[in-house]
Amino acid sequence: MSEMVINIISGIAYLILAPVMGGLLAGIDRKISARMQRRVGPPVLQPFYDVFKLLEKQTVAVNETQSFYIFGFLLFVILSGLFFFAGGDMLLVIFTLTLASVCFIVAAFSSNSPYSQIGAERELVQTMSYEPMLLLVAMGFYLHCGTFSIEGILQSSRMNFIYMPGIFIGLSYILLIKFRKSPFDLSASHEAHQELIQGILTEYSGRTLAMIEVAHWYENVFLLGFVYLFFAWSAPWSPVLGLLMCALAYFGDIVVDNCCSRVKWEHMLASTWLVTLVAGFANIVFLMYVK
Amino acid sequence: MMLPALLISVPLAAALLVFCLRGGGSRNAIVKLAAAAIVVLAVGTAVTGLGHPAMLKFSGTLPSTLILVADIVAAIAILYYTLVKFKRVWIALLEIVQLILILWFEQGVGHGIGIGADLCIDNFAVIMVLIAGIVGSLIAVFALGYMEEFQKEHRDVEDRRPFFFFVIFLFLSAMFGLVISNNLLMMYTCWEITSFCSFLLIGYTQTEEAINNSFRALWMNLLGGLAFAAAIVWLGMKYNTVELSVLLELGRNAKPVELVVALLVFCGFTKAAMMPFSGWLLGAMVAPTPTSALLHSSTMVKAGVFLIIKLCPLLGANHAGIMTMFVGGATFLFASFAAISQSDGKKVLAYSTISNLGLIVCCAGIGSYEAAWAAVMLVIFHAVAKSLMFLSVGTAEQQLGSRDIESFDGMFCSLPGLALCMAIGICGMFLAPFGMLVSKWAAMKAVVDSGHSLLLLVLVFGSSTTLFYWTKWLGKITACIPSLENKESGIHGVQWLTLRTLGALVIITCVAFPLISCACVIPYLEATYHISADVIDRSNLLIMSLMAILLLILPLLYGKGRKKKLVVTNLAGENTGNNLSYRGVAGQTVTVSLRNWYMEKWFGESKVKLCGFILCGSCLLIEFAIIFGGAFHV
Amino acid sequence: MSYIKKSPWLVHYDGSSCNGCDIEVLACLTPLYDVERFGIVNTGNPKHADIFLVTGGVNNQNLPVVRQIYEQIPDPKVVIAVGACACTGGVFHDCYNMIGGMDKAIPVDVYVPGCAARPEAIIDGVVKGLAVLEEKQKALAVPVRDSRALRESELEPGVAINQSQEAGK
Repeated sequence: MSEMVINIISGIAYLILAPVMGGLLAGIDRKISARMQRRVGPPVLQPFYDVFKLLEKQTVAVNETQSFYIFGFLLFVILSGLFFFAGGDMLLVIFTLTLASVCFIVAAFSSNSPYSQIGAERELVQTMSYEPMLLLVAMGFYLHCGTFSIEGILQSSRMNFIYMPGIFIGLSYILLIKFRKSPFDLSASHEAHQELIQGILTEYSGRTLAMIEVAHWYENVFLLGFVYLFFAWSAPWSPVLGLLMCALAYFGDIVVDNCCSRVKWEHMLASTWLVTLVAGFANIVFLMYVK
Repeated sequence: MMLPALLISVPLAAALLVFCLRGGGSRNAIVKLAAAAIVVLAVGTAVTGLGHPAMLKFSGTLPSTLILVADIVAAIAILYYTLVKFKRVWIALLEIVQLILILWFEQGVGHGIGIGADLCIDNFAVIMVLIAGIVGSLIAVFALGYMEEFQKEHRDVEDRRPFFFFVIFLFLSAMFGLVISNNLLMMYTCWEITSFCSFLLIGYTQTEEAINNSFRALWMNLLGGLAFAAAIVWLGMKYNTVELSVLLELGRNAKPVELVVALLVFCGFTKAAMMPFSGWLLGAMVAPTPTSALLHSSTMVKAGVFLIIKLCPLLGANHAGIMTMFVGGATFLFASFAAISQSDGKKVLAYSTISNLGLIVCCAGIGSYEAAWAAVMLVIFHAVAKSLMFLSVGTAEQQLGSRDIESFDGMFCSLPGLALCMAIGICGMFLAPFGMLVSKWAAMKAVVDSGHSLLLLVLVFGSSTTLFYWTKWLGKITACIPSLENKESGIHGVQWLTLRTLGALVIITCVAFPLISCACVIPYLEATYHISADVIDRSNLLIMSLMAILLLILPLLYGKGRKKKLVVTNLAGENTGNNLSYRGVAGQTVTVSLRNWYMEKWFGESKVKLCGFILCGSCLLIEFAIIFGGAFHV
Repeated sequence: MSYIKKSPWLVHYDGSSCNGCDIEVLACLTPLYDVERFGIVNTGNPKHADIFLVTGGVNNQNLPVVRQIYEQIPDPKVVIAVGACACTGGVFHDCYNMIGGMDKAIPVDVYVPGCAARPEAIIDGVVKGLAVLEEKQKALAVPVRDSRALRESELEPGVAINQSQEAGK
């Protein structure tokens, strides 16, 4: 019973704290990126200012339906994070996340604008690229811990990372896509005005755009939760290590973001699938037959 | 005994009536009445049969004589078409060989074999009866409206509608016979009749392409029939039985029946269009849409997977099982690759059918309890959602004049009702929380537990490519182009009736998912495997159901939203105001045209097909070589 | 407090400028000036923007484009004309195809002079624009009727231009 209470509490904590954490992470990201480019950069709280401003602004739209799909996107991202932090089934989490990204993509398609459609197609290719690895992550945990439930994985007797380094490499690779970082910021780059305005984000404004931003915050936080799972086991000090590794993973992605230029979708698809095949699959084979 | 007899005879009677009374009015009445009767019968079978598996035995020799006569009549009809009418001697040869084999068997060994039960109406059979009955008769009703339009549009095609409906009802009759039979001879006869009916249906338009494709379907299915006949003869000679239930019992007691199982599975492959036999299903697209819907969703291909799922307990970690899971898995992966590069709506549907059947077969091949659960669930959801998809595409084709997905642009505005049906169908095919995905979830679990790492890889890559081609289609139809005019007036009332019913069915099956699992599937599996377990946690199933409900009420939840200012989209110049063209540099007006991505270079059809054929073909050959070697040495 | 002052996003459009001012606008983004420290982002997308930064004057060809971009920017919004051409038409003023400064097409709130305008001046202009933006935000936040009145008044300059064009002919 007490475990259930803990699950519910952590679910609620996620609901409230995730946007705060996500916004701060985004702010830190912008600050670090600026410093790496020898700029002062915006204040750390800048993402919050942006979102509050967007909420204040008039919403212009190209049709009546697009904001509905975006609402679905936000809702299902929150829902999947909720399942994750309430210790739910990992496959359920991934499937709900997929549903959310389908909502996001369909919203862009519905505007029938060339720029958002290019963004949507690229987003779709991105989804196709990372989905196998994400599923393999779940499979890896199942093979290692014998359960898909996050709650069960957290009670693992040894650090999961030791048995799943390949899968961790694969996950880190696809996190670049999920965080929308270079070299894989194909669908909605903040620096790609000349190429596709803002890709998948082109046709949104005001509250709708704010919803997307908040959804990304939620998403980023619970994706870092996946990283955490690799370094969590029953030892009392494992949360410290877990959080440290999350921070490290995020910082690593910022560094990569600032070092790389955007690649073509072909390269993204090929390289991601290759990493999935080599690192992810080799690890799965190890877990299945050797361990 | 009454219900099964009615199940087979009512469609048969309807078939004969439709064929004899050729007037349009009487045809409408007969088809609707017969459809209603079939649905009632199917539901009646479900009510009496669910939870009470019955093994029935024919009284007297009349039924078995009738079966033999039906078999001979079907053979003669096939020979007439292959030898007399179209001169395809090789195909005739396939039929002659199996006819001789069966007749020789019946006269020789067959006489001495005592039969315990001719019919087996367990939960799985009931599910199949429900699928074939409800979806099949809905398609027949849909065909009334569709064929009328079809004949108007295609003046050059001879109006053979009485014949068309005759074949459809004959098909349904044979399908019912197939799924309730335990006697393999009866199943074989029904099998032959469905093969023959599909041949007739595919060749309906009598164009050269249609005739060629119909013969391709025929020879592939006859090849399967030959394997079936061989399996019966082998089983009868070696174990003195022709019953499926006895075969299952033999297998459980570790008797060497691998060859029989492999032959039957092979026969299922041909019918379920596994690579390298996928060609007939793609070719079947030349037929009018109701035909494709009937063949691809509820009947023909489902007969193939039905047989394989029935054999499920005998598959698994043996050569027949390995052959099944790898051919299924490879088909799943490569067909979903191929679907990416297609823009013809029906072809995408065909490839997706093949790929889903591959997944079902793969699950059946794994043979474990949870894999079988996933397979049965996939059969149910695929039947409902895919028939809805086919009928929607067919209707859209009639309204828009093309079935190219690119021409579905802005369907949300031009055909809103149809777009909704299509969207429900698409979501039903791949999206959480709809049924197909939950089944896929179970499939993933089953694959991990089975310890086949390659299959795991197949599954994760197959799922993500499936996501790709469905989502881009979904995007195409949800695009908002308000300037398009509404074109829905041309759709017949019966077509709407069918589409809406099927749409509702998809939603109901998704919401009632846990119920279907507990009431229908789990009892069957318990009886088959003698164990009882939940494949997916009840709580997770419940969450999925709730999510489905949430998705339904989401539009209400969101409401109108606050007032928005509508503006034009961003184009590469001054938008002329309708979002469809812009004034570019030097003042010329440029029309916007948006196309989806097809990635020819990566997922080109011929390349992918070649890989699939080689893999599946070699897998078949190698496993059969091993099984044959083993069978004759031991 | 209004957040719009803390997060002004701008869209930059080159009317018929010689590109001099545009280079200076981009210079504002460089580490030397780094306008992002004020939360300013060059979005390149009118639907995300609060500030419409135009360089160059308006001519017959870009007139509808400028208006369309202006129309796509959600309220509240501010227009900043950067450079001599955007303010008055500049050296191109008497060209056969020129209409004049940007204020002939859309209501301009801040004028930044210079040929080319210096980055410091541009940043100064944007900061001036922020005050206007906040005022407009306040006006919008009050009753709905007022905002409608505001929008109607925005339309007027467009009408005025058509008249002046006709008068010119």
